[in-house]
This record gives sequence, C-alpha cells and structure tokens, in this order.
Amino acid sequence: MYWNSFSDFLAMGGYGFYVWGSFGVTALVMVLEPLLITRRRRATESRLTRQIRAEARQEHA
Amino acid sequence: MSMINWFKFSAPSTFYPLAGRLIPVFWALFAILALAGLWVGFFVAPTDFQQGEGYRIIFIHVGASWMSMFTYLVMAFWAGMGLAFNTRLSGMMASALAPTGALFAFISLWTGALWGKPMWGAWWVWDARLTSELILLFLYIGFIALTHAIDDTRRADKAGAILALVGVVNVPIIYFSVKWWNTLHQGASVSLTKAPAMASIMLWGMLLCALAMWMYSLAVALMRVRVIILERERHTDWVKELLAKRSQ
Repeated sequence: MYWNSFSDFLAMGGYGFYVWGSFGVTALVMVLEPLLITRRRRATESRLTRQIRAEARQEHA
Repeated sequence: MSMINWFKFSAPSTFYPLAGRLIPVFWALFAILALAGLWVGFFVAPTDFQQGEGYRIIFIHVGASWMSMFTYLVMAFWAGMGLAFNTRLSGMMASALAPTGALFAFISLWTGALWGKPMWGAWWVWDARLTSELILLFLYIGFIALTHAIDDTRRADKAGAILALVGVVNVPIIYFSVKWWNTLHQGASVSLTKAPAMASIMLWGMLLCALAMWMYSLAVALMRVRVIILERERHTDWVKELLAKRSQ
C-alpha cells in the first residue's frame, strides 16, 4: 500500500487530474455504452411489438 | 462436423439465444477481472521511479489501445466473411463491433493525451503512433457513417465491408509505428520476442485490465448484436413469436 490517506490517494502524487481524468472518462464510457444499448433494446422491442399487433389487427379486420 | 455447427450458429435465430446466455458470463468475468486489475493497479503496483503515480494511466491506456486494434481486426474479419459467404449474421457482427471499437480508440487517445501532457509536455503531437491511432478512430466513424447512410442493409454491409477491409492496413501501421519511425511514443511494453520492458507486477495489472476490457467488449458487442438481429429479422416468424411471448 502506497497511500497514507484517502486524500493522498486522490492526489496521486500530483498527477490526480491526469490519472482520474483518464479513469473517470473511461468509467463513464463503459457505464454509458451498455445503458444506451439497453435503452435501444427496449425501444426496439416495444416498437416491433406495436407493429406486430397492428399487423394482427389488420389481418382480423 | 465442426462446419455444420458453425453454420448452425451463424443462423441469427440460433445465435440470438446463445448470445443471450453468454452475456451474463462475460459481465461476471469482466467484474472479477476489473476489480482484480484495479486492485493491482492502485494498491499493489509500486510507484514508478521516473513517472511517479502518473504512470498508472497505463492500466487503461494499453488495454484500450489493444482493444481498439483487435476489435478492428475482428470487425474486418466478419466484414470479409459477409462479402465471401453472404451470411446474414456477418454484417450484423461487424455493425455491432464498430461503436465499441470506436469508443476504445477514443479512450486510447483520451488517456494518451492525459498521459502525454505531464510526461511530454503536450496533449498531442503529430507522431506516427498517435496519428495512426487517430486514423483508426476515423475509420470506425467512417464505417458507422457509411453503413447508416445506406438504407438497403445488404448494400450497406457490402460498402462497410470494403471500407473495413481497406482500413485493415492501418492496424499493423499502428502496431509497428514505434519501430518504423522515430517517435515520441515509447516502444512496445510487451512483445512476443523479448522479455517485457516493465516490472512484472505492473505487467500483471495491465494484463488483468486488458482482459477485463476484452470481456466488456464481448458482453457489449453481444448485447448490441442482439438488438440488431431483432431489427433486421423483424419480419421472420421466430422474432414475431419471441415478441408475442414477451408482450403476454
């Protein structure tokens, strides 16, 4: 362990901005990408389900 | 025998549920490897004697750069398969990989800039390694833009495949750029022919993080390909049955 305290850990020996700027943006990207795919999946599923129901109604009519 | 299995799994209707079962496995592996990699990266790997704590950017920079190049090769492989055998799944795989590859190329450039500033004194230099990685990002963006601009999916896949295959030449250029030209970027940290140029515990942290990114890419690409399969196969009976079951 090389850190004496939490603030020491955050400071990263003076490189805090660069280290956390790197890890932070990477984490943000890796959280957002799966969230956006999940949102796209839900949107696609409900759109296609509506389309299929509409087609089924047309066939019955 | 193996041929039969390959063609069986290249049918979207078979691949869709298989991918669905694999996604949680890759997420679990990602979580374990990422925790281990970050633990080694921040609490086990010692301070670098030249770069202090700033070198810890390596734990994501190298993995992201590898992923950006490797994903491109896999994307070009599927694109080529699509051109050669006209299999439906190939184009979907290539389209599913492109955004993830682009994001890793971006992370590679972003972390590189944040590493370059304190160590070289510049966010960016027009150096062979950096420039060829930027071209890789543009190739990904070009592939996405081109395939989205063409409405007919088969034609879009073909045009994208040609772009992807032509762009493959850039990957060895990135990889060997530090050997072929005099660059500011340091040489390879890990190579197959000689011992790694870094302490083994740092190397372990880097490999764990790179493997975590690998698992992440697999999980995310499979998630995306499943959505693409639904969209493109919406007129087939199996998708209609699947959605009918879901809405009950």
